[in-house]
Amino acid sequence: MATQKKIVRTIKINADLCNGCRACEMICSAFHALPKYSSNNPARARIRVVRHPLEDIYMPVYAGESAGAECAGRDKYVIGGKEYEECAFCRAPCPSRNEFREPDSGIPVRCDMCEGEDKPLCVKWCITDALTLEEREEEVEVVEQQEELDIGLESLVEKHGIQKLLDAVARMSSSSKIFE
Amino acid sequence: MRFAETGYNLEIDLTRGNIERVATAPEDSALYLGGLGTNAKIMWERVPPEVDAFSPDNLLVFGTGLLCGTPAIGCNRTIVTTISPQTQLLAFSMMGGFWAPELKYAGYDKVILRGKSPGLVYVWIKDDKVEIRDASHLKGKGAVETAKLLCEELKEPKAQVAAIGMAGENRVYFASIEQSRSSASRGGLGAVMGDKGVKAIVVRGTKDIHLARPAEFMHLCDEVMDYIKFRGENPIPGVIPILAVLGSPQEMAIHDEKWHTENFMWGNARVRRKDFWSEEIAREWTRTMEEMRGRLISCYNCPMHCGATISPPGKPTYMMKCFSKLTYTMAAFSDLAFGLGIAQSATEYGVDGYSAPQVMAFALELLEAGILTENDFPGMPEDSEGRFYWLLDHIVRREGIGDILANGTYWAAGQIGKGAEKYAHNNIKKQEQLPLKLSMLNPVYFLMYCTGEKLNITQIEGQFPQAAFPAREDREAFVKDWFQVPDEKFKQYFLDWEVRGEKSIPSYPTPEMCCDIVDWQERMHYIDDALGMCAGLSSFHLKAPYHIHNYPKFISSGTGFDMDEATLTKAAKRYRTLVRAINTRRGMRRKDEKPPADHWKKRFPELEKELLDTYYTFKGWNEQGIPTEETLRDLGLDYVYEEFLKRGVYSDNGAAPSQAGPAMTGKEV
Repeated sequence: MATQKKIVRTIKINADLCNGCRACEMICSAFHALPKYSSNNPARARIRVVRHPLEDIYMPVYAGESAGAECAGRDKYVIGGKEYEECAFCRAPCPSRNEFREPDSGIPVRCDMCEGEDKPLCVKWCITDALTLEEREEEVEVVEQQEELDIGLESLVEKHGIQKLLDAVARMSSSSKIFE
Repeated sequence: MRFAETGYNLEIDLTRGNIERVATAPEDSALYLGGLGTNAKIMWERVPPEVDAFSPDNLLVFGTGLLCGTPAIGCNRTIVTTISPQTQLLAFSMMGGFWAPELKYAGYDKVILRGKSPGLVYVWIKDDKVEIRDASHLKGKGAVETAKLLCEELKEPKAQVAAIGMAGENRVYFASIEQSRSSASRGGLGAVMGDKGVKAIVVRGTKDIHLARPAEFMHLCDEVMDYIKFRGENPIPGVIPILAVLGSPQEMAIHDEKWHTENFMWGNARVRRKDFWSEEIAREWTRTMEEMRGRLISCYNCPMHCGATISPPGKPTYMMKCFSKLTYTMAAFSDLAFGLGIAQSATEYGVDGYSAPQVMAFALELLEAGILTENDFPGMPEDSEGRFYWLLDHIVRREGIGDILANGTYWAAGQIGKGAEKYAHNNIKKQEQLPLKLSMLNPVYFLMYCTGEKLNITQIEGQFPQAAFPAREDREAFVKDWFQVPDEKFKQYFLDWEVRGEKSIPSYPTPEMCCDIVDWQERMHYIDDALGMCAGLSSFHLKAPYHIHNYPKFISSGTGFDMDEATLTKAAKRYRTLVRAINTRRGMRRKDEKPPADHWKKRFPELEKELLDTYYTFKGWNEQGIPTEETLRDLGLDYVYEEFLKRGVYSDNGAAPSQAGPAMTGKEV
């Protein structure tokens, strides 16, 4: 199978080094303001520091893909005697909570690694090195784009038979503008 | 549209339970900036000199700095002002932490409390929703404990809480307001908060703070960030460790306390222990720190590590701040383990870490001298540590002798009498100072101690080296990259300053040079206090990332105001003069402007008179330290001049009546 090279960018989060200053939240919201840096508001940030100083909990978490529905159950971690709040490590904006949503509109947000910058701004502003950027090159298999479609079609063929499927495609292509 | 600031204050009348969101005048921000500057304007306009600290008409103003909530690194301070029960003058103390930015994000620049609540309450601010809520269930609770309980009660883990402990509730004159890993401690602000019946102010904000010219502002932030990194990698040679880098790393990160323990006085600012620091003590104290210290932490948007969580054996975890690390240890002639332990109680009770230990050491001296007797201390343990815990508990509850001691050494000495006054020896304007007793008068420090209205030397000193460097080549090296100076002449002052001989203290720097040096150092602190900048990245430090050359750019690109070095210098002079005017109107005169009599062994009355005369003239104040008509008019403070005339301030020649008794004693039941 053919392979290609891909740059994988990872933010390494060393929670042990976090001093809890929340500069990452501030600069994230400033970078994503329109126009850029025109305002800031940590409540809009795509990173949040789960921060409970007296329990020594300092955990930067990044916003990931939005979840359409909440999970069937929730999780709660205890690590080294420290109990983290419910769903603390989850990256998803989710109907169950207000994290990673615009505070006014409720629109979910997601970390985009600060597109166009050398490195994410949270990393640049974290000079205590709790957040660092690691880049590596990986050989990845070239995925054949057809594959997924093939699987879908095969299941349709199995259900309806090949002729019915061909007829349906012909009907659709002659009557619908979307195939033009 | 307003930039950097929100343009709104929150006015809360506790007597009537009324809350209003009030738009502020943009012109005031341009003239007085924010924080201390606009706080002072409010105090001048609304708190006449007849108003006592514990009057409902006294205000307690929580003012965020002008640049708090912007990306400016380390800009997170709340400036709290009121009339102090202890000094009866304007009290202003700054706290870092996270509260100021949170208030900005909630949409307010200040919270102004007036009146008195009939019962104990807390204020809950969530963006546009503001409530006064019952706090009777929090009575007697610790300040840190209160913050935790309120976040849980409100289900708002991200809310920021400024709270008082038992000391504030019982109006101890040196009660603090505690918040996150910081506190506003000086001048008894916590006592006024307690008198108003407010246990805490809880804030959560989710709104935007805007910048006028974002690209320019961010470029300045990048420069500051680069300089912080540079300074961290290149400590300044030739100065003590705490001054060689930024922040205040000696607090929690550095174990070598030779300088503090051997140069500061122990007990009631009495005993110098020149050979105290030994290898054994270094080992023991390092072990203590390693056993109790958790993580090194910082305030909002700051890469420093000035604070730490501390877990003393058998006690809850708390966040240590500032020099409290050593003040209890040294007052009690004890060790670090004791100091870190009792500071946990002191933080929960909410007391000033400078005043509280000295008041306790003062009480024990009075006992030793026979002025107080065993009968005044029923049930007090025999050992020094036990005695300090006993005294602290009695002071914050105002029980027995604690009720008198809770007024601080100045007022307590007056109430006790029998010669107790001479034991209250370390005060300026009735407030306890750092326990420093030195040999030769330092003319720069003389002026700062006399005329500083922040009543805390660390909040006025910093930009200029504290002592001459012995070797000329070291001085030359020091001035080489000293771009922070407002004028090249400061380099020459320092280059010519010798350790001995003609050009050494007390006659050098000359009175004229001292004026320049004091004025520069004071100006930078006043600018920080209006912007909300931490002195640890700015005015407290030699060669800081923030200075008179980049501040005007920060302000103008942040707020959109026209600002250059001259305008900024004049603005700082304007509200600095207004602070003095408030105190002048309250009776402060030349007679009040002196260091503790025993601060230096070698004194020079003629030189000291010349220094003060020269400095008053330099500042545009008359021989009583009162701003002159010309000065006031030049600063646009004509309204101050009119008021001074009306009140006959210029004619009283220093004989202004000082109030004879403390503001009010006794605990409120």
